[in-house]
Amino acid sequence: MTMEVTDSAPVPAAGRPQRVRELAAERIRLRGPLLPILHAVQEEFGWISQTDIPVIADVLNLSVAEVHGVVTFYRDFRRDPAGRITVRICQAEACRSVGAVELGEHARRSTGAGFGETTADGRLTVDEVFCLGNCALGPAVQVGDKVHGRVTPARLDAILGEAR
Amino acid sequence: MTRVFVSRDLAAKSVGADEVAERIAAAARTAGADVEVVRTGTRGMLWLEPLVEVETPEGRVGYGPVAPEEVDGLVAAGLLDGAGRSEGAYLGPVEELPWMKRQQRLTFGRVGVVDPRSATEYEEHDGLQGLRRALTMTPAEVVEEVVDSGLRGRGGAGFPTGIKWRTVLGAEDELKFVCCNADEGDSGTFADRMLIEGDPFVLIEGMTIAAYAVGASEGYVYLRSEYPDAIEALTAAIVTARDRGWLGEDILGSGLSFDLQIRVGAGAYICGEETSMLESLEGKRGMVRAKPPIPALEGLFGKPTVVNNVLSLATIPTILANGAAAYAAYGVGRSLGTSVFQLGGNVARGGIVETAFGITLGELVNDFGGGSASGQPVRAVQVGGPLGAYLPVEQFDLPMDYEAFAAAGAMVGHGGIVVFDESVDMAAMARFAFQFCAEESCGKCTPCRVGAVRGVETIDRITAGVDRAENLVLLDDLCDLMTDGSLCAMGGLTPLPVRSAVRHFGKDFGS
Repeated sequence: MTMEVTDSAPVPAAGRPQRVRELAAERIRLRGPLLPILHAVQEEFGWISQTDIPVIADVLNLSVAEVHGVVTFYRDFRRDPAGRITVRICQAEACRSVGAVELGEHARRSTGAGFGETTADGRLTVDEVFCLGNCALGPAVQVGDKVHGRVTPARLDAILGEAR
Repeated sequence: MTRVFVSRDLAAKSVGADEVAERIAAAARTAGADVEVVRTGTRGMLWLEPLVEVETPEGRVGYGPVAPEEVDGLVAAGLLDGAGRSEGAYLGPVEELPWMKRQQRLTFGRVGVVDPRSATEYEEHDGLQGLRRALTMTPAEVVEEVVDSGLRGRGGAGFPTGIKWRTVLGAEDELKFVCCNADEGDSGTFADRMLIEGDPFVLIEGMTIAAYAVGASEGYVYLRSEYPDAIEALTAAIVTARDRGWLGEDILGSGLSFDLQIRVGAGAYICGEETSMLESLEGKRGMVRAKPPIPALEGLFGKPTVVNNVLSLATIPTILANGAAAYAAYGVGRSLGTSVFQLGGNVARGGIVETAFGITLGELVNDFGGGSASGQPVRAVQVGGPLGAYLPVEQFDLPMDYEAFAAAGAMVGHGGIVVFDESVDMAAMARFAFQFCAEESCGKCTPCRVGAVRGVETIDRITAGVDRAENLVLLDDLCDLMTDGSLCAMGGLTPLPVRSAVRHFGKDFGS
């Protein structure tokens, strides 16, 4: 965390601040617009850059600290780019009862990426999730937008093989 | 034309329902048969998914589970005519299956039956009757109808819904809100998702009735980002409802104005807590608020706000359509009406069961659930989510009743039941309860934020055999402190799974 303070200010990608400003301005009339704006930015760019935060704060007339505080509170908001495909393995109780912990360990062995990490080739980001709402057909795994039920280690390898 | 039904629910799709639907359409084209494939919600018999139903003169005939590669064979055996009795997947009329016949489906009556995108089908299947009747009553009469029904909040706390509405109705303000808490983050709970995907109009109708009853003009559904299919289904339903005059200005010509928006969460479990959800809706960190003031008086943006769970709101149309007495006739003691029980985890026949309160845990796990999926004996069940107690099979005669569960040191919560077989390590599950609390705590109060971390350390020492007796005392003390000192249910209830695990499964803690 202290790294962010001592690092030199990041330089925004060309055109990005303007686009972030547009996305924020389009939603400013909503009540409580900050989360919808952050979702929109992440949807378009895949992550929320440190350079987006002052732009959003400016549009909403909030302090940079307030926006930073919200971005860092929520698990969904990524603060660095993810791999091309995100794999989320449910680790909650219902999936644990049918082998989700072992499935997570298998994923780490077969991809080399633990939860929250991206594979060396930048293709897959592996993460844990607490409940996809598929508790009667666990273990549940989400690859991109698609949820798979009753995922065995062998099936996970097959699904990831196709995804890559 | 023959209508064939295949679920588009996330659970069904996770085991191949989309591919099955495509194969059926293709097989019908090849055969030159006049077939329409209708995508419904799921019936909730998830072990039979993908379930295919075919409309016949005798009712809908089911086949399941159907793997995509089995479709061509079933069609050749006469699936499109509801034939093929000798095939393994043939189930007969779906409404006659014991799992369905034993239920009382009030809130879930349309789920799995209708096309959730069709407003026409919604109306044909008794939709809007509750709202139409409510609009002939005064707001106060609607509130009293809900009070008389005995409906208690289905999100977990079990507070009487009508009493909450009465408070909001009595609060004087030009602007009031109805918020639907659809942040169903608890493991073992999927009824909210299933309802929104399978019958989204009923939630819209319930929220509109709530708005009329309390005098609210705006509604928000706070939906989990983890449920993209539910977001899509509800978004589509809201657009259709506006087109039909079910939302917006002058609803059904009554003069009522109410509109609805979806807000998507961002992966914080704590936002299922009502005050955290309100903070999140306002665009802040989802940190709990101290109560009072209660949200009914000072809720979203400080305005009087109804905050109800999905199933509470979705039950309102039934109550208004059929009357409070008809609803209250179901159930036991102070747990009236029906509840939607969700069987998940290591269970042979997982899914949802809607029955009157009073059914026992054993009936749900063994009769409906068929025991464990692995075939090993069931050892423990967790009822009511990650903050619910772990119960041993010795307590399977407990009736589903808020008070009976509380007396047994457990909670019905939202009716989620997660089954574990003999391979479970209950010390590991207790540790996970603390770990989850440490991960998901909003951090505002010390008992929850620090207590959960200390809890993990203490369990580690106990299982490692370090000063075991002393550390069990410390664990007990820590649980007392978290129960009494936490600001909300996150820290306050985490001791429930931990203590029940120690009490009922002490040998896993090295005794």
